[in-house]
Amino acid sequence: MRFIPESSEKRVPCFRVLDDNGELIKGSDFQQVSKEVAVKMYSHMVTLQVMDSVLYEAQRQGRFSFYLTTIGEEAINIGSAAALSADDFILPQYREPGVLLWRGYTLQQFANQVFANKADDGKGRQMPIHYGSKKLNYITISSPIATQLPQAVGVAYSLKMEKKDACAVAYTGDGGTSEGDFHAALNFAAVMEAPVVFICRNNGWAISTNISEQFRSDGIVVKGRAYGIRSIRVDGNDALAVYTAVQAAREMAISEKRPVLVEALTYRVGHHSTSDDSTKYRTLDEIEYWKTERSPINRFRNWVERQGWWSEQEETELRSSIKKQLLQAIQVAEKTEKPAITELFSDVYDVPPSNLAEQEKQLKEIIQTYPQDYPTDVPV
Amino acid sequence: MAAIFLGVGAATALSPSNCFDSKKFQLSTRRSLSGRKPWFLVVRSDGSVNLGSNQRSRRTQQLITNAVATKADSAASTSASKQGHELLLFEALREGLEEEMDRDPHVCVMGEDVGHYGGSYKVTKGLADKYGDLRVLDTPIAENSFTGMGIGAAMTGLRPIVEGMNMGFLLLAFNQISNNCGMLHYTSGGQFTIPIVIRGPGGVGRQLGAEHSQRLESYFQSIPGIQMVACSTPYNAKGLMKAAIRSENPVILFEHVLLYNLKERIPDEEYICNLEEAEMVRPGEHVTILTYSRMRYHVMQAAKTLVNKGYDPEVIDIRSLKPFDLYTIGNSIKKTHRVLIVEECMRTGGIGASLTAAITENFHDYLDAPIVCLSSQDVPTPYAGTLEEWTVVQPAQIVTAVEQLCQ
Repeated sequence: MRFIPESSEKRVPCFRVLDDNGELIKGSDFQQVSKEVAVKMYSHMVTLQVMDSVLYEAQRQGRFSFYLTTIGEEAINIGSAAALSADDFILPQYREPGVLLWRGYTLQQFANQVFANKADDGKGRQMPIHYGSKKLNYITISSPIATQLPQAVGVAYSLKMEKKDACAVAYTGDGGTSEGDFHAALNFAAVMEAPVVFICRNNGWAISTNISEQFRSDGIVVKGRAYGIRSIRVDGNDALAVYTAVQAAREMAISEKRPVLVEALTYRVGHHSTSDDSTKYRTLDEIEYWKTERSPINRFRNWVERQGWWSEQEETELRSSIKKQLLQAIQVAEKTEKPAITELFSDVYDVPPSNLAEQEKQLKEIIQTYPQDYPTDVPV
Repeated sequence: MAAIFLGVGAATALSPSNCFDSKKFQLSTRRSLSGRKPWFLVVRSDGSVNLGSNQRSRRTQQLITNAVATKADSAASTSASKQGHELLLFEALREGLEEEMDRDPHVCVMGEDVGHYGGSYKVTKGLADKYGDLRVLDTPIAENSFTGMGIGAAMTGLRPIVEGMNMGFLLLAFNQISNNCGMLHYTSGGQFTIPIVIRGPGGVGRQLGAEHSQRLESYFQSIPGIQMVACSTPYNAKGLMKAAIRSENPVILFEHVLLYNLKERIPDEEYICNLEEAEMVRPGEHVTILTYSRMRYHVMQAAKTLVNKGYDPEVIDIRSLKPFDLYTIGNSIKKTHRVLIVEECMRTGGIGASLTAAITENFHDYLDAPIVCLSSQDVPTPYAGTLEEWTVVQPAQIVTAVEQLCQ
């Protein structure tokens, strides 16, 4: 009689291509990237970082109500996005705007969403950072954790039925793996043989809950086997490793019609969101360490520069250009009108039913009678 | 032979459900019932209309003997000029489903045991053999997850029908239904549509225990962005199933555990029922009785007794639980001025409670008496047969309520 031990003696090894200094590790499986792709990846990582810091500051100044940053996880965002095709359908948690950025969502569009003005693709209906774009195959973010995971299985099922050369890609954090939806989604995906790539950003923290309090397994990667899913653990701060692994996972998912689990180890450098002050539950030293010495952007930059594909000058130019564009975008977004009252009632159904039409009429009448109680800058 | 248009089973081929235009029969309103001779309308099979008054003897021989259309109903079907075919309600659901799956290859079914087992109530029997097990998908037991899966599939072009083995189990899918199904079209700014149908048997059955006797329509009715319909006859079951599948909005179709074996003759040709319309079951003058699903049959049984006692109830199967068909309901109230709601939901927060509020708000001036709502008590449904019977509104209670209302 032998019980399977609760953990193996050694932890599952982590796939890496670059070492901490950005040097290529000898003998690692590595898909050579062209200069074009590498530079695009790097500049998008920088753009994401600049966008996060500028918009975070803007929120702190009170210009809009809420924001959350992806600081420290740029490699996962951009590395995975670069490995996918435009047809792959993305179901994010909320810390993956980099994928949208990669696919061409403009800084103005990001700004419009956080300011919830009438130019927002979501018509001002969701909180800031809950982006969505049907055109770019990126589902509108929904706040509850892990609800997108079973939906990803449905999307994959749809792609499989239509025999498309595409897969569904669902992201979640380490905290999201505790939700019931995570387990059922993985189980379903395996049983249905659905082409989904589950990417788990294990960044060590779920607001204030450390991973040691979230689960007792060796991270997320070992859970894949429990459902019959092929899995890999990858260094989430190594852009090339993420790129290589996700590309391979995608290939497997589509050609073999199976789900794949990718656990990307990383660290959440920023606070959970603007409603959080993470210094309350972790040390400043820890944050600083991961911010400077283990920064994915610096690491990748070292490699790109060493290839001769990037320079200090281009760095400064890029950063100041992005910052300028962002400040401009924020100004424009702030000044743009908010959505009209009709947008309160449209899209609940395909056609507004009579009760909603009546409620809209009543609201307009109230606003006309008491205009002083309502904001003046909203078109009625 | 003149057929009293009781409309049980609504098996006429004139037009779906609302072929009886209540407006045509608006006669002068009389506010008090005392001294008024009970009378009723007789619709002849040739379409002409007579007024008969207080002719008890004539009336008794014209009564339809079955409140529930267990056999091909002679009176109703003679007015149908087409042949039609007879089937049971679950077969009607299946027929509607099959027709839609033939018509559109994006329509698919997912749920527990829907594939090779054919569904726990046989609604999907034979479909997996015909369409393959990718279009009729058996799922593991995780309602929140397969509902979520249906939503994901709907967003990317499929038209899934998610079956809850019992509506009560969909409480586990509440998160996906409320936060995603109802909301995503709105929060995405109209970019993503969710043309999903969520269906399953609910209501109080025969000693199924509290967890299998839930009336989910109470809990779901507040969710914005979804539509809810309840079928009650093979005719409207097929029609509503087809309409729900074709709708771009998420629709929850409530079936009832005890109605699956109802038999009716339905038309051969294709038809669809309107999702937002109520069904006029029996036009009348004295009181409007609003009901849906299984309670329709208890009401019709009570109607038999009431007609014998000289009353003329108008029975409307509201069918559309969200939104309410206030047009049909309003016209009825303007005619009868008295409303009785008979539902299976619990008293607190049920469909009847919302309907009472909606009617009071909109038709307050037309009411001669306060609205009476008969519903189940606020208790979990007990297993013991006698106790269970007393949580459901019985015909005797309906008769008493009408008598009190019409005093």
